[in-house]
Amino acid sequence: MATVGTSAASSAHVEEHEHHEPQSFLRKYIFSEDHKTIAKQYMFSGIFWAIIGASLSIIFRLQLGFPDMKLEWLRPILGNWIDSSGKLDKEFYLALVTMHGTIMVFFVLTAGLSGTFSNFLIPLQVGARDMASGFLNMLSYWFFFLSSVIMFASLFIETGPASGGWVIYPPLSALPQAVSGSGLGMTMWLISMALFIVSQLLGGINYITTVINLRTRGMSFSKLPLPIWAFFLTAVLGLISFPVLLSAALLLIFDRSMGTSFYLSEIYIGGEALPNVGGSPILFQHLFWFLGHPEVYIVLLPALGITSEVIATNSRKPIFGYRAMIASMIGIAFLAFIVWAHHMFVTGMNPFLGSIFMFLTLIIAVPSAVKAFNYITTLWRGNIVFTPAMLFSIGLVSFFISGGLTGIILGNSALDIQLHDTYFVVAHFHLVMGAASAFGFLAGVYHWFPKFFGRMMNNTLGQIHFWFTFVGIYLVFFPMHYIGIAGFPRRYYSFTSYDAFQTFGDLNTFVSLAAILTFGAQFLFLYNFVYSIFRGRKAPLNPWRSNTLEWTTPLHPGHGNWPGEIPAVYRWPYDYSKPGAAEDFIPQNVPYSQTPESNLPHENALIALEKEIEAQNYNDQFKQPH
Amino acid sequence: MVYVVGLLSLVFLILAILVLTRLTSVLKGVSGGVSDEQQVRPLGMSNRINGMLFLAFLIFGSIAAAWSFIHASDYFLPEASSPHGRRTDNLFWLVMAIITLAFFVTNALLFVFAFRYQYRKDHKATYYPENHKLELIWTVIPAVVMALLVFTGWRAWRDIMSEAPTDALVIEIVGKQFNWELRYPGVDNNKLGNYNYKLIDANNSLGIDLADEASFDDFTATEMHIPVGKPILLKIRAKDVLHSVFIPHMRVKMDAVPGMPTRFWFIPDKTTEQMRNETGNQSFRYEIACTEVCGQGHFSMKMNLVVEDEDSFRKWVSEQKPWLTNNPDYLARVPENLRAKAAKYVPADATSAPADSTSAPAEEAAGGASTASLR
Repeated sequence: MATVGTSAASSAHVEEHEHHEPQSFLRKYIFSEDHKTIAKQYMFSGIFWAIIGASLSIIFRLQLGFPDMKLEWLRPILGNWIDSSGKLDKEFYLALVTMHGTIMVFFVLTAGLSGTFSNFLIPLQVGARDMASGFLNMLSYWFFFLSSVIMFASLFIETGPASGGWVIYPPLSALPQAVSGSGLGMTMWLISMALFIVSQLLGGINYITTVINLRTRGMSFSKLPLPIWAFFLTAVLGLISFPVLLSAALLLIFDRSMGTSFYLSEIYIGGEALPNVGGSPILFQHLFWFLGHPEVYIVLLPALGITSEVIATNSRKPIFGYRAMIASMIGIAFLAFIVWAHHMFVTGMNPFLGSIFMFLTLIIAVPSAVKAFNYITTLWRGNIVFTPAMLFSIGLVSFFISGGLTGIILGNSALDIQLHDTYFVVAHFHLVMGAASAFGFLAGVYHWFPKFFGRMMNNTLGQIHFWFTFVGIYLVFFPMHYIGIAGFPRRYYSFTSYDAFQTFGDLNTFVSLAAILTFGAQFLFLYNFVYSIFRGRKAPLNPWRSNTLEWTTPLHPGHGNWPGEIPAVYRWPYDYSKPGAAEDFIPQNVPYSQTPESNLPHENALIALEKEIEAQNYNDQFKQPH
Repeated sequence: MVYVVGLLSLVFLILAILVLTRLTSVLKGVSGGVSDEQQVRPLGMSNRINGMLFLAFLIFGSIAAAWSFIHASDYFLPEASSPHGRRTDNLFWLVMAIITLAFFVTNALLFVFAFRYQYRKDHKATYYPENHKLELIWTVIPAVVMALLVFTGWRAWRDIMSEAPTDALVIEIVGKQFNWELRYPGVDNNKLGNYNYKLIDANNSLGIDLADEASFDDFTATEMHIPVGKPILLKIRAKDVLHSVFIPHMRVKMDAVPGMPTRFWFIPDKTTEQMRNETGNQSFRYEIACTEVCGQGHFSMKMNLVVEDEDSFRKWVSEQKPWLTNNPDYLARVPENLRAKAAKYVPADATSAPADSTSAPAEEAAGGASTASLR
């Protein structure tokens, strides 16, 4: 009942507060400092990059699934990367793999996911007018944009984009003699990533500051919705690890163009011995994975946070073990920094270090297992509504489990000897980090679309999109484990050279077909997304009957988000189906004094604190939107 | 092919269910008209369909997973030919059993709950925010299982990575774009000579340092031969970019790093002949592959490996000629005091020529030829 009251009040306010001075088009839509607009900019960019990244993967899946296929018909797009015999160029194949990885990991699942939902949800869910610094936030997007432009341009240069794998291990990435992509393409990759890191740091500082300083009255850390906890920890991870990648990239730039020897030693290539001695390629791998591993969680944690919110809302149940969820996220975030060398068991690193990192790596399974069990228990005895967002969240949990379990094998250094750099690894991380995070993004888009655009997406199309994608992704990556167990190495242009890898040709064909099916299904989403922005049905104020603060804003929140005062928060965000309550949800801004029928004994004691909470007025000195 | 058809038919089955159910819901919508709430939150029919699809996915997915697994398992982990390989294989299947169990149990719970607790009108979910005992249980159980796995894994890892036995046959394997090169410690001593990457030239592609007398009898080969049942120590290095030695049947994998020699030792215990009989494939060959991306030829860096009995191996070694014998010109690179020792590896007709000539071949390419080893 209370929500209806609040919503009515807020819509009344909309009429009164239409007094913003009109902003120019440029300031309102392009160089905007409003977190909602920036979030949309990130979302559109992320979707754009996802289409590019997925298309690249389809091209190399064609090569892997149909090695004899003539790709002449791709010549209009790829030009001379299709050689005279109608086959994909071998170096360009590596470039495709490299750019698919780079784009998906950084541009889609880091910038697209965190950028969209941290920006959009942090101020709306903690109850803030905007980000701590709108200007830095705008800079963050435009650094990302610049970085995107450079990365995109590198796809079209004559020597081809970077092609040493997304991990850009030197010396391959340092020596243009070794592969043509290590020429201008690699330079552009490095410049683009440097700008990208700047963008991430600007964004991260903003997220952290906003969460710590701009929470509304009563919004203690123990009342924060789980997505905010996830975004907060993600930003901390990024802030600590991205500078290390920047340093790795800088040293690589020095090695490439200034004759230093950080990563190069005793190299004889192209008929000459290079003068560099004393460097270590392993040093780069340590620096890279010190970011690279936390990066996995930078990608995954926001998705898990979004899932927590969506699953609780649509199960009509409190998330099970709210505190355990936070504790396990903190545990994962901490452990994320001390497991990086499990990517390097067989690189010649000291085997003793291998033992240590195996031990630390397998510890991570514990908080991850807790999270999975908590999601499942949240569903138990719920009252589940299968909105598209809910479907994608359940799918995410399934991927998280299936992909996470094989991590137990790969984290075991003795078993990693055989499986390292095979398709087993590819299948593992695509499920647990790729597909799971992509599902987090899709769940978020479906769930918050009404808040983004004030309109609803089509549910039925969303559900069909889910089933195609969910089944499709399992069809792609489940059989891929088999190929990996058989020992097939990754990043191979073809498997024809070896007797040992002659098996499974038909399975590779099958995987490629499933990939094409899955890719095709994404156009359902694109259509639904674009159509609904313009023609979708007008959304109700709180379509999912959710508890968090963003649903107390007007349908199209203006600059400053709430027309009047920012609502105060009195309770945790997961009071769903509380015994005694009339409705099956009680929003965070409803005081305990208004719900005597459903209060638990200790909550009655909190009624006395309400006056205190209301009297607080930090963060909103003006008591009105600016 | 058979599991391809199976998996594909699964797809079409699910699609068929989907289309059928959609059709019914569309028909229902046409006749009944849908309430506003139903349009916002998909309750009623469409909710039930999705719940049922989760159950269907669980059932058909499990069948497809089990079936495809059994069909594909013929090709899993190609027959191991080393003791440590069989050990890690056993460990692999142990962990696989545990995670397969966890995989089915958790996924089943997830999908069954989704089906069982779907929305019912006038029903309220159970308010069940926490249960410390439950959470303790599922923190402790994975922790204990992980501890056991870490322990077994660590013991295997420790043994595999231990120092090679002193009697191990040492073979140098060098990665370059795009093939492997080999150097054996020679016909007389079991010692590899020094090398220096600055000595590399068109003929001396491994940078063999002839100032070290141990290198005089070293020989190179284009196919790796190893005796069965003897420990083999691979000394691995790379000339240009990263490579990685991968011998699938031996469960051997180690990166080749320019500037940082690495090593891996193992005991091959099945000859190529034995494997031919065991696998029933008369053209079976052991192969060495590269598993660290190294450029356009990455996928074709193949070298063949022959495991044979001790006698055949000795015979093969005796047929090999030291590198110096094949490249007598390089005698000039041998320091004066060692030249007599080196001369025995150089055919008589060739010795005289370079001895009185001071112009060593490719002296320029060697860049001053600092023969001091870098390590």
